[in-house]
Amino acid sequence: MTTLLKRVDREKLVLALAAPLLAVVTALAITSAVMGLTGDNPFRAYQVMVDFGSKSDSQVWIINKAIPYYLSAVAVAVGFRMNLFNIGVDGQYRVAAFFAAVVGGALTLPGFVQIPVIILVAMACGAIWSGIAGYLKATRGVSEVITTIMLNFIAGSLISYFLQEGRLAERDENIIHTPDIPDSSHFFEFSTQVQPIHGTVVIAVLAGIAYWFLLGRTRFGFDLRAVGRSQPAAEASGVSVTRTVITAMLLSGAVAGLVGMPTLLNESGNYGNDFPEGIGFTGIAIALLGRNHAVGMGLAALLWGFLERTGTQLEFEGYPQEIVGVMQGIIVLSVVVAYELVRRWGLRRQQRLVGEELAARAAGTGPRSTDDQDPAEVSA
Amino acid sequence: MPWGLAARRPGPGRPRARLRPACSRLPPVPSSPRRDTVGPGPAVPAPPVPYPARPAGQGECVIPPQDLRSSPAESGGAPAVELRGITKRFPGVVANRDVDITVRRGTIHALVGENGAGKSTLMKILYGMQRPDEGTIEIDGERVALRGPADAIGRGIGMVHQHFMLADNLTVLENVVLGAERLHGIGARARRRVLEISDTYGLGVRPDVLVEEIGVADRQRVEILKVLYRGARTLILDEPTAVLVPQEVEALFGNLRELTAEGLTVLFISHKLGEVLSVADDITVIRRGTTVATVEPSATTPRQLAELMVGSELPTPETRESTVTDEPVLTVSGLRLTGLDSGGVRRELLADIDFTIHRGEVLGIAGVEGNGQAELVEAIMGIRDPDGGRITLDGTDVSHASTRRRREGGIGYIPEDRHRHGLLLEAPLWENRMLGHVTERPNSSGGLLTARDARADTRRIVAEYDVRTPGIEVTAGSLSGGNQQKLIVGREMSHRPKVLIAAHPTRGVDVGAQAQIWDQIRQARHEGLAVLLISADLDELIGLSDSLRVMYRGRLVADADPARITPEELGSAMTGAASGHLEHHAPDEGPRAPAAAEGHEGQEGEEAR
Repeated sequence: MTTLLKRVDREKLVLALAAPLLAVVTALAITSAVMGLTGDNPFRAYQVMVDFGSKSDSQVWIINKAIPYYLSAVAVAVGFRMNLFNIGVDGQYRVAAFFAAVVGGALTLPGFVQIPVIILVAMACGAIWSGIAGYLKATRGVSEVITTIMLNFIAGSLISYFLQEGRLAERDENIIHTPDIPDSSHFFEFSTQVQPIHGTVVIAVLAGIAYWFLLGRTRFGFDLRAVGRSQPAAEASGVSVTRTVITAMLLSGAVAGLVGMPTLLNESGNYGNDFPEGIGFTGIAIALLGRNHAVGMGLAALLWGFLERTGTQLEFEGYPQEIVGVMQGIIVLSVVVAYELVRRWGLRRQQRLVGEELAARAAGTGPRSTDDQDPAEVSA
Repeated sequence: MPWGLAARRPGPGRPRARLRPACSRLPPVPSSPRRDTVGPGPAVPAPPVPYPARPAGQGECVIPPQDLRSSPAESGGAPAVELRGITKRFPGVVANRDVDITVRRGTIHALVGENGAGKSTLMKILYGMQRPDEGTIEIDGERVALRGPADAIGRGIGMVHQHFMLADNLTVLENVVLGAERLHGIGARARRRVLEISDTYGLGVRPDVLVEEIGVADRQRVEILKVLYRGARTLILDEPTAVLVPQEVEALFGNLRELTAEGLTVLFISHKLGEVLSVADDITVIRRGTTVATVEPSATTPRQLAELMVGSELPTPETRESTVTDEPVLTVSGLRLTGLDSGGVRRELLADIDFTIHRGEVLGIAGVEGNGQAELVEAIMGIRDPDGGRITLDGTDVSHASTRRRREGGIGYIPEDRHRHGLLLEAPLWENRMLGHVTERPNSSGGLLTARDARADTRRIVAEYDVRTPGIEVTAGSLSGGNQQKLIVGREMSHRPKVLIAAHPTRGVDVGAQAQIWDQIRQARHEGLAVLLISADLDELIGLSDSLRVMYRGRLVADADPARITPEELGSAMTGAASGHLEHHAPDEGPRAPAAAEGHEGQEGEEAR
């Protein structure tokens, strides 16, 4: 039995490695085929990407880019783990960043007070925005997919209403933005030989650790995952599904609120009409790619950054600019398909192991090998 | 098992009390150590020999001449289905070994065996979903190789799955026609054909009703109709009675008899022995992947069948001394619950429920399913909030407490539907061990999970409760039903509950696991556990309970002393025909103490008495 147990464990490891490997190989093969069909040389493209992506300034760029991606993925993953599809991270982080920028621009406190205030405002706004969807889901049963999508649009309209001269914004040539936050409220940076790495990377790492710890190591996390796996079973086990749904949505929104912070605190210093959009959707892809795993999502976010960085270079080398988008799509699809295949394969294998175990017990090693009892008794 | 009556009705077609397959016995083959012989060994004096074992590699179980039977449908002709020497290996495990089955045309042939014995694989082979590694399949005397269900359907073999495959939002007619549009179109011709089949076999199907509006029994008839519509002459029914209440089971059996009267053949998979005995013409027992005997229902008892299935003599039930004390543990008074029905009208689901369970007492609730038992359990567990009344657990009022508080307060719960309410099928066993008790040791401490302790404790449960699994990292969904249930029982018992709510604790569980679960409940009762037992198995209720109540339309209408009541009397109270205190009416028959004392005995029906 112990040997079998070890086998299961070793298999878990093999399975864990098999899926990403299968995904990468498939994605490379399909991408190569696509490039081959369009008459480009895929291998030269990969060469360009690796060369350009490994330059030190590219590395810094990739890391900085990966920070909001990772935060966004964590926000999505909190929902995923309990079967909630929070498509609204996009709206949540924009609303959160906007109001955090407004508050940051209006206050002039010392940095060590103001930065936490800005971050807390952002988290609160994100949580409120997703909380609306959570409340509707828990009390009225409205699908969170619908409400979060709709809230994205409402978020956009809300921001464009306030982001006008004379309301909460000011004009700076073509760009309308909220008042700049004071310099003291800018987040620290790690200087390198090239550009600095954003200090908000610390926030991302902390968010990742908190995510891993909360979901994997706490009772609350167990309840949340139980609801995700089977709502009726969780309910019968004593979990309040309503409360868990609302809490999970609030948490997801609070993390989503952090997505805009690297841009706001490390780059722009304000929320303007050039503030990045769509990171919430990228987060969905990265959460899928990273299998909702704290480390996996980190790698996925870096990969995403790498593809975006090297994609620009491919353009210079004469490749169509769409090729990177194609690659990203292929990778996500390959990963989802590969993981599902490996999961099914693992399940089948497991069932077979259970069968083997039964057979082994039946062979006479188990406690129920009492078959050779006096047959006369049987007939009695 | 409805009260297992029809089983021994002697009919002209079943003249003799004799087991059929007179397989010649060979000495056990050394190379197949798993094979165990149940028949008398050479050293044992052989009194009436019930079941000759089928030795390895010996494929000729002689089927007695057809003239044993009176049914005209089977005179002459090849058997409807003949499996010879079927062996199916999956890497590392042999699912079927040397299986021989002969199914005579126009009969109901039952295939019984424990969960995991290989019944399902065998049926999948016959339905073309799996291909055998060895052996032959003959249908109507013709040797065939089935490459898929389509082949099987083409050969007139149809399968009614345990879990219905119907689209709720389509009508009965649409469901039947779906996928078979080529046969009779989708219009008037199809409708005519559906009604024709329905009338021929007395299925009583209403073609224009939405499937979501019909009950489980009707859905099953639709499934049968679907198969017949596709031209099946041989029907495989996989555990068809698992979802039915006793009355519906009788109705189903009526349908099956009509089918065979018309010359169709039914292969019936089950592990409910009473049912099998009441409906089947032949019974083949399968154990550990191979056929161990084919018997005639008139010549066997449930107990003998059960022993064939598990391959050993069943544990003898201990005589029971009362362990009931006068310390109340769970008191329910004036409980009332209302709910909206499908039409949106508020209806009373539970009314005036009063009972007290004491330490060491098992209170059994009998009733036809759907009379409020599920709601009662949910109200006690705190999943539904009652509209009135009090629930007191060990002196504390928990009428409106949360499920978690009640569980922490000492209510253990074996849910009716373990897949939906008792397990996280995709989670490993040790996470399932935490489910429902995540706030308690050894699962967590101060808000943090203690996975190491939980894992260790899961190993203990696996060992103590004989959960057959290669380890605790496998998902709960890959275990067989009986082992899942043993895990649940182990989990609930590990927290030393004061009261256990056991809803159908042995439903869909094989005989071996059933006996084990009963033993555990008895043991815990002995140690002072109070049990609320809800079951559709009247023999289980009578065998385990210290007192009995009958539930009818949301009320407890009758009570009875399990030592003095028969399943028949209980059954009539369940239909609302009797109320108040039920008394046993046969004056010259003494108290049925033996039956009440022997849970195992009870399970197997009347024969034992």
